[in-house]
Amino acid sequence: MSVPGSHAGALIARPRLGRIAVHFALLFYTLVAIGPILLILINAFKSRRGIFNEPLALPTAKTFSLIGFDKVLAKSDFGLYFVNSMTVTIGSVVLVLITGAMAAWALSEYKFRGNGLLGLYMAIGVMVPIRLGSVSILQLMVNLNLVNTLTALVLVYTAQGLPLAIILLAEFMQQIPRDLRDAARCDGINEYKIFWSVILPLVRPAIATVAVFTIVPIWNDLWFPLILAPGNGKQTITLGVQQFIGQYVVDWNAVIASLSLAIAPILVLYILFSRQLVRGLTAGAVK
Amino acid sequence: MSLAEPSALPRSRRPWTHILVFLAPAALIYTLFSIYPLLDTIRYALYSQDEAGVAHFVGLQNFIDLLTHPVWADQFRNALVNNLIFFAIHVTVQNIIGIALAAMLSLPQLFGRNVYRTLIFLPTMLSVVIIGFIWQLILSPLWGVSEGFLRSIGLPELFAPWLGQESSALITVSLISVWQFVGIPMMLIYAALLNIPEDLVDAATVDGANHLHIFFYVKLPLILPTIGLVAILTFVANFNAFDLIYAVKGALAGPNFSTDIMGTFFYRTFFGYQLQVGNPTMGAAVATMMFVIILIGVMLYLFGVQRRMQRYAL
Repeated sequence: MSVPGSHAGALIARPRLGRIAVHFALLFYTLVAIGPILLILINAFKSRRGIFNEPLALPTAKTFSLIGFDKVLAKSDFGLYFVNSMTVTIGSVVLVLITGAMAAWALSEYKFRGNGLLGLYMAIGVMVPIRLGSVSILQLMVNLNLVNTLTALVLVYTAQGLPLAIILLAEFMQQIPRDLRDAARCDGINEYKIFWSVILPLVRPAIATVAVFTIVPIWNDLWFPLILAPGNGKQTITLGVQQFIGQYVVDWNAVIASLSLAIAPILVLYILFSRQLVRGLTAGAVK
Repeated sequence: MSLAEPSALPRSRRPWTHILVFLAPAALIYTLFSIYPLLDTIRYALYSQDEAGVAHFVGLQNFIDLLTHPVWADQFRNALVNNLIFFAIHVTVQNIIGIALAAMLSLPQLFGRNVYRTLIFLPTMLSVVIIGFIWQLILSPLWGVSEGFLRSIGLPELFAPWLGQESSALITVSLISVWQFVGIPMMLIYAALLNIPEDLVDAATVDGANHLHIFFYVKLPLILPTIGLVAILTFVANFNAFDLIYAVKGALAGPNFSTDIMGTFFYRTFFGYQLQVGNPTMGAAVATMMFVIILIGVMLYLFGVQRRMQRYAL
């Protein structure tokens, strides 16, 4: 409250009131953003009665129950789907990072005919979604005998992740001072060794950012698992949840528990890497 | 987003082998599993399969069918119009909320800025499929969470099974998607706002402009390029969206195809669904149309919007 008549008081009080309004608005939207996710997480630990009678309440001694998780683990191969998702994501991310860093290095370090054109060629994939080639990708995988394998997914996701990885890494590599690699060259170290032991350690922060940007869309994707590996125990977790919920749609405990299980890994990843992600997003906008 | 000038070649010799070794793996995987399938899909769209599965060259017949044949044209037009509405809702709602949140977050010395930012961005990280199911549960009349919420604020009569009604299903799925992805415009605009030089704001303050004036006449024009970028990213993502509709409404994009967009139309055409038989060549034609639409959007952005906006850029 500002003191009437006191000019200085009014000046201080007004921005404070404004600030309170801003916090109120931000708090409100934060609740809008995470409320639905929290709602699912807390109801995953309740009995059916608890879910329906008091959906907004935290689980109490009376409503606490793990029956949803028991059902999911008993009725579906959640563990297997999780391992599949891990395999596909890690495999793709490692391939994207290694081949992407190599290509980014070649494009940013060496001057050769067609360099600019090749850079543009690699950048097409940033704007044109790889999904549009699905008809042909499926045929290709049929011919290569890779349908219902995780290899098919790894190959497609690597191709999908490469363009952005190359652009981000090349931008970062250009900022490495010339002296470093010139000094290494003067010492007679070969180009591969320079890349591996001088450049790669230097771009580690960028690699973390690229890794997060690559991992999230792969882990979350439904399209390619649905088209390339929908069965045979090769489902990823996103597809597995989709199929599971389709089957047990009336079992609320199981549905909510399966959603929570699917949310958990990304939640952990986000808590660990939100700094890299935010930095990547905000630095990208500077350009 | 082009790569900057490569630095000079090391004196000694032309390192062709190095360049090849460094480039080959990425170029091979990318060409074989991204560019080649795209081009091959476009080629395939010019063929038609007979009952025996043999493909014949038919020229542009698939596209003519898509645009004029009653079996295809209605579905195609419906999906295209729905997709445009889907995009229009995204661009307006997402940008308004995104700008408002970014403007608040970029206030100097805001307490708890990182916490807000991190939490508001959280839904963007999760799978569209999971988000779709979560909202399906929340909006479900069976569970009654949203109905109970509306009752608690005194507006019980507002409740309706929004996802189930033909009139509101498309708007509802659009808003679910906006809710999920609003973090991206927020982050990008937030970064753009932080990059505005303080002298500009100071100069306006000296000239007697108040906070609102400064925001609308100084800051907003400066972040227009970012809003343009958000718009084109959203356009590309929207015109190849699929997961959300498939999770919430299935491949038939009900009720009565009211949530059908290009992605679900493509899936049904390519794979078939229930009574409809899959048709890969026609699917390729739909994918090609999506490619053309996305290309038009990107071109409009590159040559129209971005060029004009660069005048404002610093």
